[in-house]
Amino acid sequence: MKIHEYQAKQLLAGAGVTVPKGKVAKTPDEAAAAYAELGGELVVVKSQIHAGGRGKGRFKEHPDQPGVVLARSADEVRQNAQRMLGSTLVTKQTGEEGKTVNVVFVEEGLNIARELYLAVVVDREVGGPALIASSEGGMEIEEVAAESPEKIHREAIDSGHGLYGFQATKLAFQLGLEGPAIRSAQKFLPKFCRFFLDNDCSMAEVNPLVVTKEGEIVCLDAKVSFDDNALFRHKAFDELRDLSEEEEAEVKAAEAGLSYVKLDGNIGCLVNGAGLAMSTMDLIKLHGGEPANFLDVGGGANVDQVTEAFRIILADKNVKAVLVNIFGGIMKCDTIVDALLGAYEKVGFNVPLVVRLEGTNVEIARKTLAESGRDIISASDLTDAARKVVGTLAS
Amino acid sequence: MSILVDKNTQVVVQGITGKAGLFHSQQCREYGTPIVGGVTPGKGGTEIDGFPVYDTVEGAVEATGANTSLVFVPPPFCADAIMEAADAGIGLIVAITEGIPVLDMVRVHKYLQHRPSRLIGPNCPGIITPSVAKIGIMPGYIHQPGNVGLISRSGTLTYEAAWQLGNVGLGQSTAVGIGGDPIVGTNFIDLLELFQNDPATEAILMIGEIGGNAEEKAAEYIQQNVSKPVASFIAGRTAPPGKRMGHAGAIISGGSGTANDKIAALEAAGVVVAESPADMGTAVQRAMEKGGK
Repeated sequence: MKIHEYQAKQLLAGAGVTVPKGKVAKTPDEAAAAYAELGGELVVVKSQIHAGGRGKGRFKEHPDQPGVVLARSADEVRQNAQRMLGSTLVTKQTGEEGKTVNVVFVEEGLNIARELYLAVVVDREVGGPALIASSEGGMEIEEVAAESPEKIHREAIDSGHGLYGFQATKLAFQLGLEGPAIRSAQKFLPKFCRFFLDNDCSMAEVNPLVVTKEGEIVCLDAKVSFDDNALFRHKAFDELRDLSEEEEAEVKAAEAGLSYVKLDGNIGCLVNGAGLAMSTMDLIKLHGGEPANFLDVGGGANVDQVTEAFRIILADKNVKAVLVNIFGGIMKCDTIVDALLGAYEKVGFNVPLVVRLEGTNVEIARKTLAESGRDIISASDLTDAARKVVGTLAS
Repeated sequence: MSILVDKNTQVVVQGITGKAGLFHSQQCREYGTPIVGGVTPGKGGTEIDGFPVYDTVEGAVEATGANTSLVFVPPPFCADAIMEAADAGIGLIVAITEGIPVLDMVRVHKYLQHRPSRLIGPNCPGIITPSVAKIGIMPGYIHQPGNVGLISRSGTLTYEAAWQLGNVGLGQSTAVGIGGDPIVGTNFIDLLELFQNDPATEAILMIGEIGGNAEEKAAEYIQQNVSKPVASFIAGRTAPPGKRMGHAGAIISGGSGTANDKIAALEAAGVVVAESPADMGTAVQRAMEKGGK
C-alpha cells in the first residue's frame, strides 16, 4: 500500500524522525495561508502523487510548471498551487497518462549543506531488512549503483533489536559526516529503522536526506509503502488510502477477494493461481494477442466471485474477447463450470469466450459446457486456447 | 527423493480443525501419507474424523513421534506456528498459508537459522513424492512417479507442469512448491543441491516468476554445481513493473526481478528455457536429449 509524501512525513515525525515543518493544502488559498503559518522566507511547494520524479515532472495543462517549486512569497505559493491543483502531473514514473494532483504540501526551506540517500528495504537474499545509504543523494540510485557501487553502504537490520548504535556510527563515518551531523545521524538512523519495523513497511526511501548547515539530519523527501500482508495489524492505515490513486477496478477486485491488475490489451483473462495467471498473459502475447488484465480468482472460486470477476473484466471497454484458463486441483472443474455458467447468465456476455479446463472432473465439466447451449468455445490445451482466443479477434 | 519425504515421514497438521486443515488432512491420508494427528490449541484430547488433536506441537510430537508438520494456520498466527514446530523438534515444516507479513517471515528465518528444521513455503502447495507421500494440497493423481525433480514458486502452474510432464511420459521423483512469497524457507539452490545428489532424479524442471533474484542465483549455482539436465519456465514476461502480480514476491521493482533477466541468466548457464507455458514438458525432453554437463 502506497501513501503520499506528506502522510509519510507525518508518520515519521510521530516516530521521532526529523522532517521539515510542512502544511497540507487542498486549495490555492490554503497554500498561501500555509506560507504565512510557516513563517520563513523560503518554502517548497510540492505536488502530492504516488510517484517520484515530481521535480522534473511537468503538467499537461501547464507544460512549464514543475511538480515541485521553491517560492518566496504567499502570492508565488498561491500561483503555483493554482496551476498544480486539479492538473495532471506527468513524471518519469507516472507514465504518459500522468496523475491528477489533489493535494500540495508546502514545506519550510532548509539550509542544505549536503544531500544523501537513505532507504530501508527487505533484502530477500539476506532474508531481512537492510539499511542502504549513500553520499550521492538527489540522484537516481540505480545510476549510482551502476556507476559507483562503492558509494553505496549497507547495514543489515536486526528484525528484533533494530539498528545497533555502532552501525549508525559506522554509516555516519562512511558517509563522511562531520561534527554535529555525526551525533544527529546516531539519533536519526536507529529511529528510521525502528519506524520501518514497527509499521511493517515494504519500502522506506528518503532521497534526498539532507544534512543542514546546522548539522541536522532531515528527510527532504519521503517515500513509504506498507506490506499489504500486514495491513490487518495496522487498521489506522485504512484512513491513509488514496483511492483516487488506485485503479478503480483493482479496488473492486480486492474487495471481492480477487487479485486483479489492469493492463492495456483487449483479451481479458480469468485464471486460478497467480503463476498460471501470469503465464496466461504471457501465452496470449506469445500468440500475437494483448492481455487486458491479470486476474487470479483464487482457489475457492464460487459463483459470486466468478461473477464479480467477469463483471470487472467486461467493464473494461477495451476487452474484445475473454480467455478462462482453469487448472482444477482441489477446485473441481465442474464446480468452476457451474460458477462460470451462472456468472455468464448474470453478467451477459457480448464478446467471444474461450474456456480451457484441465484437472479434477474435467470430463463432466466439458460435457456440461458443451450441453449448456451457450456460445462458449472450448479449448483443449494452452496452445489451443491461445490460438482460439486470438483467432476470435482476427475475424 | 528420500531426504525430504520418505516412508519414515509422520505428519502432524497444525490447524487441523479448520476447514482447509481438515479437508487436506483427509486428502493426504487418502493418498497414503501417514497423518498421525493435528494441533489446535484448546482442542487437545479431542478427535476429528479419526485424527487425534493435541494442544501443542510438543504434545503431538511426544504422543506420536511426528517429524513433519503441515501448517494451515491463518496469516496473523502462522509465523508463530512455524516457530513452535521448529522448537518442538519437527524436522520438516511445510507451510501452506498465504498472506503472512514479510517481517514475520524475516523473524522466522532468523529463528530457524540455528535449528535443524527445514521449512518449505510459506504460500506454497507443498511437497509430493509421487506414490509415496504427499504433504500439501496438490491433487495427487496429477503427479506421476518418475525421475524429474520439480521445483516451483507457483501452485496451479506447477500442476500444469506436472500434467504436461505426465503427457510426455515423464514423472517426478519429488515435486516441491517453494512458494510465492519474497522470503521463503527453502529456495531453488537448496533443492537443486538435493536433486543433484539424489540418485532417483535424472533431470530438473525449475518454474520461476518475476520478482527477486532467486532464479539468477540458481543459474550461477547450476553453472558451477549441477551436471544433470535442467529446464525452466519463467512466468511474468508481460507483467508491468511496480505491480504485485498476485504473489507477494512477484513484483518487478527498481528495474530488477524481470522475467527477461532471469531467462538470460538461466540460458547462459545452459538451462533449456521454455518460451511458452505450454512447452514446459517438452522443454524437459529437450534438456534430457541435450544431456547434462
